[in-house]
Amino acid sequence: MNDHQKQFETVIGLEVHVQLDTQTKIFCGCPNVFGKAPNTQTCPVCLGLPGTLPVLNQQVLLHAIKIGLALNCNINTFIKFDRKNYYYPDLPKGYQISQFDYPIAQNGHLDIPIKGEEVKRIRINRAHIEEDAGKLIHDDAGNCSLVDYNRTGTPLIEIVTEADLRSPQEAYDYLQLLKLTLKYLYVSDCDMEKGSLRCDANISIREKGETQLGTKTELKNLNSFKAVKAGLEFESERQKQVVLAGNRVIQETRLWDENKGITFAMRSKEGSHDYRYFPEPDLVPFTVEEKTIQEIKEAMPELPSEKQKRLISQYQISKYDANILIQDKDIALFFEQCAELCPHTKKICNWLNGQLLQELNTRKNTFRDIDLKPQALTDIILNTENGIISNLAAKDIFKLILDTPQSVAALIEKKGLAQVSDDAELTKLADEIIEQNTKAANEFQQGKQNALGFLIGQAMRKTQGKANPKLIGDIIKRRLIDAQ
Amino acid sequence: MISTEEVKNIASLSRIHLKDAEAGILSQDLEKILDYINKLEQLELSGIDPTTHVLPLKNVFRKDAVIPSLKQEQALSFSIEQKDGAFKVPKIIE
Repeated sequence: MNDHQKQFETVIGLEVHVQLDTQTKIFCGCPNVFGKAPNTQTCPVCLGLPGTLPVLNQQVLLHAIKIGLALNCNINTFIKFDRKNYYYPDLPKGYQISQFDYPIAQNGHLDIPIKGEEVKRIRINRAHIEEDAGKLIHDDAGNCSLVDYNRTGTPLIEIVTEADLRSPQEAYDYLQLLKLTLKYLYVSDCDMEKGSLRCDANISIREKGETQLGTKTELKNLNSFKAVKAGLEFESERQKQVVLAGNRVIQETRLWDENKGITFAMRSKEGSHDYRYFPEPDLVPFTVEEKTIQEIKEAMPELPSEKQKRLISQYQISKYDANILIQDKDIALFFEQCAELCPHTKKICNWLNGQLLQELNTRKNTFRDIDLKPQALTDIILNTENGIISNLAAKDIFKLILDTPQSVAALIEKKGLAQVSDDAELTKLADEIIEQNTKAANEFQQGKQNALGFLIGQAMRKTQGKANPKLIGDIIKRRLIDAQ
Repeated sequence: MISTEEVKNIASLSRIHLKDAEAGILSQDLEKILDYINKLEQLELSGIDPTTHVLPLKNVFRKDAVIPSLKQEQALSFSIEQKDGAFKVPKIIE
């Protein structure tokens, strides 16, 4: 076969590190917080001083079981910790406490949405517990590196997929759903900017139809979901060019350069990947009781894909709307509270997925930051539906309520935002408008439909938007036709 | 057979500097250790769980409660060099 006709397939597996949301670090009582002055959140244990002993934070194990269950994994009832040995200044002990052969969770899956109603099953090989390393800051000016050990010992879960992803887009979709699932569990804030969710990718290519895996490269420095997608796209294409040129892909770690939009081979010392795992003698093994697993299962919240399905069937909203709602668990809950008060579920979606998200964006707020009551939104919707306020006034009221929570009815009254729908009043207004705009009135009578729009506009202007536009239009039209 | 090259590689992974003569001696020592492990491997051990820890203990936990950390200057007092509140180390390039 001619090289140019070769069809390639991209094969991707992801390793995601998630920092767990706990009060304290994994093996010591130091606070697990982000953004403090360097080396102010350390102790002899996480600094790896001689004679100290790690003790497992019980909350870490409980979070890990919760994550394992949400990812449909088997929870191992016997687990232990191992040392992963390597020398790097961000690792004060010279080893990372991790899990090698008895991880907490194995053999799970996450079903990611693909076209239409279909999903694709991405198998999870394992999820294991480990400790985070410190942070290295490269000081070019000082020709040195600086180490901050605040992050050392932050609890992590590493979630490893099988090589089931077949495109950068699938990798992106998997990450989206994984992040959302973890957020639903309240186990991590999953903020990539703060490094609480980090992703490395293994990628290889092979000819379509080939069953053997090609030589993979490992991609690092993927600092956002967009970077994951862009890095994988670049790397997939690079590997294709290597193969098409008759060369072989070299197994290596490559770094994504966000600015240049390329990956490049990381300089690494030979043999650095020989981690010489062995059982951690400072920690005794752990057993997980079936009862504990059962309790966590029973307390498990509804997960994103289940919630989406239920919202669609229970409230007759579109898959599109439901998908936006579930992106924020709090907004999805708010939607349901509104739906109890008001039958216009489509309208509630429009408000939440449109106006609300726009306002949150402008204000740089999350839904948790604002104080919006379900009744406030449903009052706005009901008043709009009943023709009491215009759509424009509704939007103003919504903004005012986000600024200061207050009664919608009182606000309509106070600001005089109620539409004039009174027939006699509108008829009087219509006659005034016709009298003051004889030219447009004549044009309409001569068949020029556009002239009506102009007259309605004048009426709205005169009443500062308070005339019910549909009613005033009908009345002007009737008066003009009657006058002929 | 454990070659002196393998010994030197293991030593370098552990940041241990060996003289050639030392590598030779260690190669022989490691050889003996591996011989002994090979003997153990010949034992019939099916049905016996691997020993993961020598102490008859399990499930030693800590409650998720904060214990005050060291002050910055205390933490840094173990370091040879420091800068801007951080441990200063030779330049690391990725």
